[in-house]
Amino acid sequence: MNALRRRFRPQQIRELVLVLIIVLAILLFGTQIDNYYNARLFNRVSTSVAITAVIAVGQTLVFLTRNYDLSVGSIAGFTAYFVGTQLARNNDIPPIAAVLMAVGIGAVMGMVNGLFVAYGRIPAVIVTLATLALYRTMLVEYSDAKTVLAAELPEWVIGLPRTNIFSIGELDFRLMVGVMLIVVALFQLVLKYLPYGRRLYAIGSNPEAARIAGFPSQRIVFTAFMLSGALSGLAGFMLLTRFGNVTVVAGIGLELASIAAVVVGGASTAGGAGTVIGALLGATLVDLLENSLIRWLEISEFWRDALLGMLILLAVATDAVIMSRLRSLWARGELRVESESEVEAYGKQEEGSHVA
Amino acid sequence: MLRSPGFLRKGWERLKSWEGFLLVILLVIIIINGLQAPVYLSIGNQMNLFILYIEKIIVVLVMTFIIINAEIDLSVASTMGLAACTLGWLHERGVPIGAALLVGLALGLLGGVFNGFWVAYVGLPSLVVTLATLIGYRGLARVFLEDRSIGYFPDWFDALGQKPLIGPFPLALIIFFVLLAIAIVLLQYSGFGRYVYVIGNNRDVARFSGVKVKRLKMILFTASGTISALAGLLFAARLGAVRGDMAQGFELDIITMVVLGGVSIFGGSGSVWGVLLSILIVLNLRNGMSLAHLSGHMQTGVIGSLLILSVLAPNLVTKVRAVLSRRRSRRPQDTIT
Repeated sequence: MNALRRRFRPQQIRELVLVLIIVLAILLFGTQIDNYYNARLFNRVSTSVAITAVIAVGQTLVFLTRNYDLSVGSIAGFTAYFVGTQLARNNDIPPIAAVLMAVGIGAVMGMVNGLFVAYGRIPAVIVTLATLALYRTMLVEYSDAKTVLAAELPEWVIGLPRTNIFSIGELDFRLMVGVMLIVVALFQLVLKYLPYGRRLYAIGSNPEAARIAGFPSQRIVFTAFMLSGALSGLAGFMLLTRFGNVTVVAGIGLELASIAAVVVGGASTAGGAGTVIGALLGATLVDLLENSLIRWLEISEFWRDALLGMLILLAVATDAVIMSRLRSLWARGELRVESESEVEAYGKQEEGSHVA
Repeated sequence: MLRSPGFLRKGWERLKSWEGFLLVILLVIIIINGLQAPVYLSIGNQMNLFILYIEKIIVVLVMTFIIINAEIDLSVASTMGLAACTLGWLHERGVPIGAALLVGLALGLLGGVFNGFWVAYVGLPSLVVTLATLIGYRGLARVFLEDRSIGYFPDWFDALGQKPLIGPFPLALIIFFVLLAIAIVLLQYSGFGRYVYVIGNNRDVARFSGVKVKRLKMILFTASGTISALAGLLFAARLGAVRGDMAQGFELDIITMVVLGGVSIFGGSGSVWGVLLSILIVLNLRNGMSLAHLSGHMQTGVIGSLLILSVLAPNLVTKVRAVLSRRRSRRPQDTIT
């Protein structure tokens, strides 16, 4: 038990269980759906995971600070439409400028959220529920009920989702997946090693203590919302390249999918716990279910949302019932180790302190 | 004569409260609307204004209890849709409407119990639980109807939703006023209401004082589910047809009306009177915007901004007061006036 305790942390156990569930789900679908294991499924799931996971990374940052961002779907939809229109009007916009435009617009929208939540002291639910509606309104008003058509977009945008970094047989490893993996790796490192990342955890697990310790809490929460918006903008751009045709309903439902991904991936709704890797695994499970249920003939694809809701509830319930016990068990174990050999523990204290 | 300054001051104090502020805004909106469109003040338009949003404002009443209790129920709109879709699905299979209505209501009640179980007994945050059931109940509604729409209910059922029942009042409006009376009595004048406030203020203190916190939360969520289902069924009767996406997004309007009514999103304060005023404000505002030919999406945007402002304004006022009092304590000689 002690060996196990030293090697794994509760979050890692949870992630391992999640990997197991994903494998089991794939095996189950394989027995139920004819011709399930093929390259197209992998490609489709990996592309849609790429979009969900990028948003889920931003959502994780916000979750860590004990907040929620319900407006991500609207931000992604708006940026997809706006950048799509600009590209359709002027095909010569260089790719870098288009991506930067998407990220920039998303960041500004996220800053509006962050301003109200961090400095206006309005609960995030209220702010992002309102901006969910507001940003969608902006999109509808701006669009004039027109659709961005794939035919109007420059060639490179249409070709982008099919660009591969490399392929193994028919399994394509696409550029979008690569971008997503870079984002995930980057933010995993930020959360783990940069002071900013550690402060996100600190603020979420005990806001009062973080304030007394002198952390600029408001600025950190503000930045978290800004980053969430920027990543949603990036996801909006990926949405545009993936579908080509963008209507006013683009991105609806991404807020729920991303929250599902984050919660299933082990982020606590009480803040202060969760990892980006977990969010990636959560996004994988959510998108796997989504893409597989469509092909499962005996079961109506409309079950998807009902199942998604149950999945979130289940994840939160295990978090409350099992994970909190595991965490306190680990914390107690560490205290015992420290008191047993104080000299040895002295050096380890820093390492252990972020578990509790 | 001597009493008049005191009386005036009292009136001024009352005006400074949130309810007074709402009253002033309401009057301004009514005057602007009245000047802008003469139709606005006609009885027909005033009745219409209620009927168009009657399902939402029925749910607002129960949401007031939930938010004062420091919880939130995001799943109300999905419950409305679920009840209505169940009704349509059963009707399509030849079940008599009366029985289908009961099943719809029962399903709403069960949905509420389900929410309440997780929130009250397992202790999960209501925001997450009801966010999950927001997706889940809507998903179930979709499972029943997929992407079809079902209509052709019996005439008496449609008439119940569309035609006046007593005098000029249709059934839904009567139900609203009955529920409003019940809500006022329960929340402002009964022990049950005091418990709702106490728990919303401080859950632990309430528990240690012997208030049955879990049971009360369970009752509230069950009531929320049942009344949302009732509202959904009334919505079905008014529209004469049901669809999988009906009532989608209603939670925004509902929560806006409650929060604008001065109910703190952190629980523990607010009143039915304030909420009633904010209902009138939102209805008149929407009506005015419709008369001014603003699109539905634009209206949603305005409502969204209103939601943020209604929480931001009190925060700013507290902040300004704090700054003022600090300044006052620093230079006491300046404040003799």
